[in-house]
Amino acid sequence: MSPTISCTSVYKIFGDNAQKLLSENKGKVDAAKFQEAGCIVGVNDASFDVNKGEMLVVMGLSGSGKSTLLRCISRLTEATAGKILVDGEDICLMNNKQLIDLRREKMGMVFQNFALLPHKTVLENIAFPLQVKGVTTDNSIQKALEMVELVGLKGRENYFPRELSGGQQQRVGIARSLAVEPDIWFLDEPFSALDPLIRKEMQDEFLRLQSVLNKTIMFVTHDFDEALRLADRIAIMKDGIIEQLDKPDNIVLNPATDYVKRFTEDVPREKVLKIESIMDGVDPNASSDFAISKNEIIETVAEKILNSKEIIKVTDENSNIVGSINPSKVIKVLFGG
Amino acid sequence: MDKNYLDTVRNSKPTQFGILLVLFFALYHLVPHNDGNYFWRLPSLLKGIPLAINNVIFSALYDWFPLKVWDPIFEMYEEKAAFREFTKAVSQGLLFLITFVRELLLGGDKIIDVFVSDAWLKENDWLSWPALPWTAGAVGAFILGYQLNGFRLGLLGGIGAVYIAIFGNWVPSIQTLSFVLITTPICFVLGLSFGIWGYLDKKVETALQPVLNVMQTMPQFAYLVPIIALFGLGDHAGSIATIIIATPPMIRNTILGLKRISPEVVEAGLMSGCTKSQLLFKVLIPTARRDILNGVNTVIMQCLAMVVIASFVGAKGLGLNLKIALNSLKIGKAAEAGLCIVIIAVILDRFTKAWANKPVDYFENLTLFQRHRSLVIFATAILVFSIIAFIANGYFDKINYLYIIPIEKGLTIAHYIDAGVDWVWDTFFYTLNTFNKFLLTQVLGPMKKAYLGMPVISTFTLAMGVAYIVGGLRTGLIVGGMLLFIALSEYWDRALITMYMATFAVLMASLNGIIVGSIFSQTERGSRFILSVCDFFETFPSFVYLIPVIFLFNITDTSVLIAAIIYATVPATRYTVWGLKSVPLSLHEAGTMSGVSRMQRWTNIEIPIAFPTIMLGVNQTVVFSLQMVILGALIGTEDLGQIIFGALSRTKDGAGVALTLGVFVSLIAISVDVIVRKWAEDRKKALGLL
Repeated sequence: MSPTISCTSVYKIFGDNAQKLLSENKGKVDAAKFQEAGCIVGVNDASFDVNKGEMLVVMGLSGSGKSTLLRCISRLTEATAGKILVDGEDICLMNNKQLIDLRREKMGMVFQNFALLPHKTVLENIAFPLQVKGVTTDNSIQKALEMVELVGLKGRENYFPRELSGGQQQRVGIARSLAVEPDIWFLDEPFSALDPLIRKEMQDEFLRLQSVLNKTIMFVTHDFDEALRLADRIAIMKDGIIEQLDKPDNIVLNPATDYVKRFTEDVPREKVLKIESIMDGVDPNASSDFAISKNEIIETVAEKILNSKEIIKVTDENSNIVGSINPSKVIKVLFGG
Repeated sequence: MDKNYLDTVRNSKPTQFGILLVLFFALYHLVPHNDGNYFWRLPSLLKGIPLAINNVIFSALYDWFPLKVWDPIFEMYEEKAAFREFTKAVSQGLLFLITFVRELLLGGDKIIDVFVSDAWLKENDWLSWPALPWTAGAVGAFILGYQLNGFRLGLLGGIGAVYIAIFGNWVPSIQTLSFVLITTPICFVLGLSFGIWGYLDKKVETALQPVLNVMQTMPQFAYLVPIIALFGLGDHAGSIATIIIATPPMIRNTILGLKRISPEVVEAGLMSGCTKSQLLFKVLIPTARRDILNGVNTVIMQCLAMVVIASFVGAKGLGLNLKIALNSLKIGKAAEAGLCIVIIAVILDRFTKAWANKPVDYFENLTLFQRHRSLVIFATAILVFSIIAFIANGYFDKINYLYIIPIEKGLTIAHYIDAGVDWVWDTFFYTLNTFNKFLLTQVLGPMKKAYLGMPVISTFTLAMGVAYIVGGLRTGLIVGGMLLFIALSEYWDRALITMYMATFAVLMASLNGIIVGSIFSQTERGSRFILSVCDFFETFPSFVYLIPVIFLFNITDTSVLIAAIIYATVPATRYTVWGLKSVPLSLHEAGTMSGVSRMQRWTNIEIPIAFPTIMLGVNQTVVFSLQMVILGALIGTEDLGQIIFGALSRTKDGAGVALTLGVFVSLIAISVDVIVRKWAEDRKKALGLL
């Protein structure tokens, strides 16, 4: 099956003669050199795929080009060069009408500062994408009411954005982006403007929604912990370049560059790694009392393993025994050394 | 002393300013004052400009692009210039609209006349639209105010209308109102369209900026003569003059409002799948609603500020009455008309502000009647009071006091005011006269002489020098270029008089503003109070300030200057309060913990931080002072304003003279603006306030 989003050598360079400069250098972009020529490099040679139903988290500090990359794929900004395929169609070649249709049918986006329309109520904000599409008022309001229920804002339908807390406003933003039932969901630092406690709550809520909806997601964040919590795969960006793109546990275990390593150093391994990454081969001496799945995060099963004091069987999705785990390994992960 | 130290001193701004001043005074005294000397006065090489402008206007009007137009009376085709036909069409369209609203409210048969033949109209003299009785008007104003922001606003509208009516100013007030009601929407549409265009296209915005700068700093008088040439005399001409004055702030407000929208909201609109027009009408304009409606408020205020000036080109209403009263030195009558304008201004100001801030409730579950309840009450009330007024016709034998009270029969306090003025005159004549004489002979006279004795080379050295030190070579050249344009005309001396008056007014107004602003912004309540006082004074149309001073100081430079100082103190005060309020709380606390006294706090913390903002206020003061100084021509001065005003009666090159001199005044204002703005920006950056 072909990926839902597929990027090949995407560049975004800000500046008047970016195009010329890029072709002169044949795609070899040196940020410092370009800056001298009056250009700023946003995205530098990004190539990756996002599969259907997968959540790719793009993580990077401010100025790393993560938001720019997202905007290239939603075509809020035009990529300077490269190919961006959405369901096999190159969106860079689309005309304005096709683009509007694409956004009306397939895409939804959530913004960092919520970006709600101040003159519309919760209900109207959520119904807005439907109404610009031409859905009748009755139907769009009906759909918006469903979305209000989905994001848990029942009873606040007629509030104006200014009357809501940050968390509530972002729920409206989420509901609005989902109203047209898009296949692809873009989230641009959706929880960064929220307090830590609310952020945690919203992340849980988000995971719940995703387990029901199963969208193809690109999620941008500057928070490495958030990336680890949510992602199927993480792309770490620096100065417009994707430094590493991999599953969370692989990134923690095998950071590709020194830059990535600095993020992973302080990460509590037990919270990221799965049993799979520390298990040994099948051991006939393993206790037969119980088994644990190789997909469990170490932290969640650590207590159970340490209490048993024996070597424990590890199974896969189909309950076949695929390996064993020694409690000493878990102690090593938990306490280092 | 080592070389580095010398370099530092040489590069320090105070040293540079010091050298500049020395140079200025040296030149001032060394350059001989004789006519052939180009260091003294430049030759008037640009003398021909006014006439050239005039020729362009007239050739556009009479020769350019002739069209064949069917003349129904002579039954033949006639050659007519396209532009002339265009201006005619505009004039007639505007006049029709204004007359329509006016007759709707005041009655008449001119509009009916458009649709039926003259003869038929004469035979059927019942065929005339009845006027709205003032009682119905007052109740209508109450209901409208009540609907917008509750009982108190309703009361303001109602009482205002009652006052206007019983003082006999109903007819001219409604004439003025109908003028505002037509002019405002036109300004709104024009301003919104240009604003949106400027927002969407960076190039358009860049092109608009200088045009708007000139338009907003040109004295209003300057537009009148060209307008008469192009559009003739009448209410429509006044309306066009007002549109030219009032549209620029609407454009600015629109651009400002649209630019303040967070880029994320625009992106959210795009990602919702908006087309270009959906984005504009459903996302951008509603989000910028408040700024746009504030623009409407400014437009209305400008319209009312223009009513007297518009009366010079034939607009009827309160402005005309005020002008006539001023011309015949009837202060009581002038004050009464002025008060009516202020009342209308205050009512419209509060109404539009309430409208701008009124939240819209989309989800009230109302029945059809509830939804339109106030409309029904409004219509019923007007009908009921009209019927009462009609019945009252039989009761009153000559004048129906419940219908319209004519100005001769209205209450009046004019003679009390006149008596009051006489009393002031009699009692304080000596004091006032002494003060006036002192100011004229000891301060203003010498100052004027000093300005006029300034060789052109020293003026340029000073202006360009300051610009260079503040903003570098480019700023220096811009300022020099603008002044050169004036210096090469035959009006340099007049411009110097204008500058002397403006300088004096700006200095005094800034001083007043900074002192008043500083005193009141010591407490939160005080600053709120003084800001609302500023709001109140700003609703006064500019010429209202002239009324009291003429009678105290006669027709002299003193009157004009005092009016200018009072008028220009308002922005100086406002910006001082804003500046002082912008001082961060942490700095105040740091000051308190360092144990500063109140005076030390003011001189060491508040003023340095607030000064860039205060300077922007001074910038406004310059524009306000110039406006009032030019307006002073209305009562007689001898600067640029007088010639602009005099151009009204010059047929040969009046339009050209007025436009050229108008541009001169605006160049003076823009020169100051360029320097001050640059300085304030640099200073704010240095203080980390930007």
